[in-house]
Amino acid sequence: MAEIVLDKVTKRYPDGALAVSDVDIEIADGEFLILVGPSGCGKSTTLNMIAGLEDITDGELRIDGQRVNERAPKDRDIAMVFQSYALYPHMSVRENMAFPLRLAKVDNQTVNQKVDEAARILDLTQHLDRKPANLSGGQRQRVAMGRAIVRDPKAFLMDEPLSNLDAKLRVQMRTSVSKLQKRLGTTTVYVTHDQTEAMTLGDRVVVMRGGHVQQIGSPQFLYEQPANLFVAGFIGSPSMNFLPATLENGGLSTPLGAFPLTDRIRLLVEGANAPREVIMGLRPEHFEDAALVDGQSTTFEATVDVLESMGSDKFAYFTVEGETATSAELEELAADAGSADLTDSGAQIVTRLSAASAAKQGTPLDVWFDADKVQLFDPADGRNLTYSG
Amino acid sequence: MAAIGTAAPAGAKARWALIDILVVVYALVPVLWIVSLSFKTKETLTDGNFVPRSWTWQNYVDIFNTTEFIRALVNSIGIALIATVIAVVLGTMAAYAIARLEFPGKRALVGVSLLIAMFPQVSLVSPLFEMERGLGLFDTWPGLILPYITFALPLAIYTLSAFFREIPWELEKAAKMDGATPAQAFRRVIAPLAAPGVFTTAILVFIFCWNDFLFAISLTSTEASRTVPAALSFFTGSSQFEDPTGTVSAAAVVITVPIILFVLFFQRRIVAGLTSGAVKG
Repeated sequence: MAEIVLDKVTKRYPDGALAVSDVDIEIADGEFLILVGPSGCGKSTTLNMIAGLEDITDGELRIDGQRVNERAPKDRDIAMVFQSYALYPHMSVRENMAFPLRLAKVDNQTVNQKVDEAARILDLTQHLDRKPANLSGGQRQRVAMGRAIVRDPKAFLMDEPLSNLDAKLRVQMRTSVSKLQKRLGTTTVYVTHDQTEAMTLGDRVVVMRGGHVQQIGSPQFLYEQPANLFVAGFIGSPSMNFLPATLENGGLSTPLGAFPLTDRIRLLVEGANAPREVIMGLRPEHFEDAALVDGQSTTFEATVDVLESMGSDKFAYFTVEGETATSAELEELAADAGSADLTDSGAQIVTRLSAASAAKQGTPLDVWFDADKVQLFDPADGRNLTYSG
Repeated sequence: MAAIGTAAPAGAKARWALIDILVVVYALVPVLWIVSLSFKTKETLTDGNFVPRSWTWQNYVDIFNTTEFIRALVNSIGIALIATVIAVVLGTMAAYAIARLEFPGKRALVGVSLLIAMFPQVSLVSPLFEMERGLGLFDTWPGLILPYITFALPLAIYTLSAFFREIPWELEKAAKMDGATPAQAFRRVIAPLAAPGVFTTAILVFIFCWNDFLFAISLTSTEASRTVPAALSFFTGSSQFEDPTGTVSAAAVVITVPIILFVLFFQRRIVAGLTSGAVKG
């Protein structure tokens, strides 16, 4: 159990590359904190610095108030679960889990008792005498967790521990990791590039990009109040729709049509010193089939390109004619999602309609959107002009 | 693989079997010939029969009755084992550094060790002879152990660094996180995983030292350090006119036995794919 504080922590490699820059994070005792971001954003480097596997170039790392920058990993009393699990192949499951205790010179009886208990929690009791090579991916993952928990460390560090599992098992393990952490109440720092994992697991989420912290907050807060374009685009699945827009005479003119700003948004935009040209962001669930909404003030008509019926909802994809929104952040997000070269004419928007919608693929549909949920971003620096956190 | 096995027509299988048998026969006939010679009596030695007409243990009794051979056997075993142990220990450390660390001059080090391995040994014999006489190493155990280590080390470093590269680095990080010092991480995690490589290297180095003739004949002069391959060439019959073929054959068979034992003993430890299961699946 411990409180971990990163105070202006910076990592600069000998070749001058800046991996992590001035990261300030306070992790409370027992908190489950997620570091999330696209690959190369510095999240794993940050985790390795907390672990002691990488030196800290600048700044201070404190565990329980004590500076630990110079301490070797073994003196920090932190356990880590690796993406590859890193099980010792020449040891049985029991020996793997007992290894940290053996190194700590714990007596045999206690070792057995602790390993048995951890095995019971992780449902590994019947596999204790097997070698890692004979285990399935999910079992190996649990052994790696077991090796971390037997020791009762001050904190757990997890480096994408679920990314090697198949999709179904990943969802299962996600729940059990969360339960386990709540049960043990141990401070946990969890690195992932999967925003779904970040949203579902964490007490708080840190979104990183290019070595800088973009925003820290609870998953719901990041979803509703993204500080900038990058966070807005990264958090949420399917991701937020972005369209170019122009602010004029208290209204917004967009490829979806012109409409007046609501009072709440107008106040925020006025306070934020907004430029004329902005990027409008709107989440898929803030659209609806106009036929199902009363008082249709803000609607547009478009042809449904693709319709995906999920049973509970329908996802309808439209192409909106005209310019697409462009900014450095959006390009980076597109590159990360692997869709950088999919730009055809016009912007594609995703909408989540209720299951009752009569939308059909290839036919025009009147779509309503919630004008009060619109978020506006400055294309130059990506900041959210409607941020009210 | 299974598909290839079942798809191959019977004809192809038979052809491969034939080729395999030919290769094995080609390799084993000279060995069996030596064994056969060693059991022949002096009279039948030159009769050209593959299977001896009259069997005798006399040649074996003779070689073990001479101090010359026993002494040479002791020298061979001692020198080869000491050289192997030292070369493998040094090689393990050097290979680990080469596989894991970035340090200035790493490429140069690897290059120089490769150069040593390629250097024709015969060109070094005369200078070594002069140097060892000057240093008082001539005709001593260290006088052979040192050049053996020199030539075995590049081999050891090459083989071992390949093995070390195969071991996932994350295992070492995991050991560190589990509370191990670097020494503990090496001893309890890395070394056991590198064991197959260490044993393979040990076998290769031992065979190299055991079989060496060039250094053994050039850098020794008496029984004090003469190894078996060199001693064999000094074998004579009881008189100048007696043909020592029988005893030489018997000695050759005797010195092959330790190599076979050594390989069989360590073969069990060379378990392929020992690292499977360490990282993902």
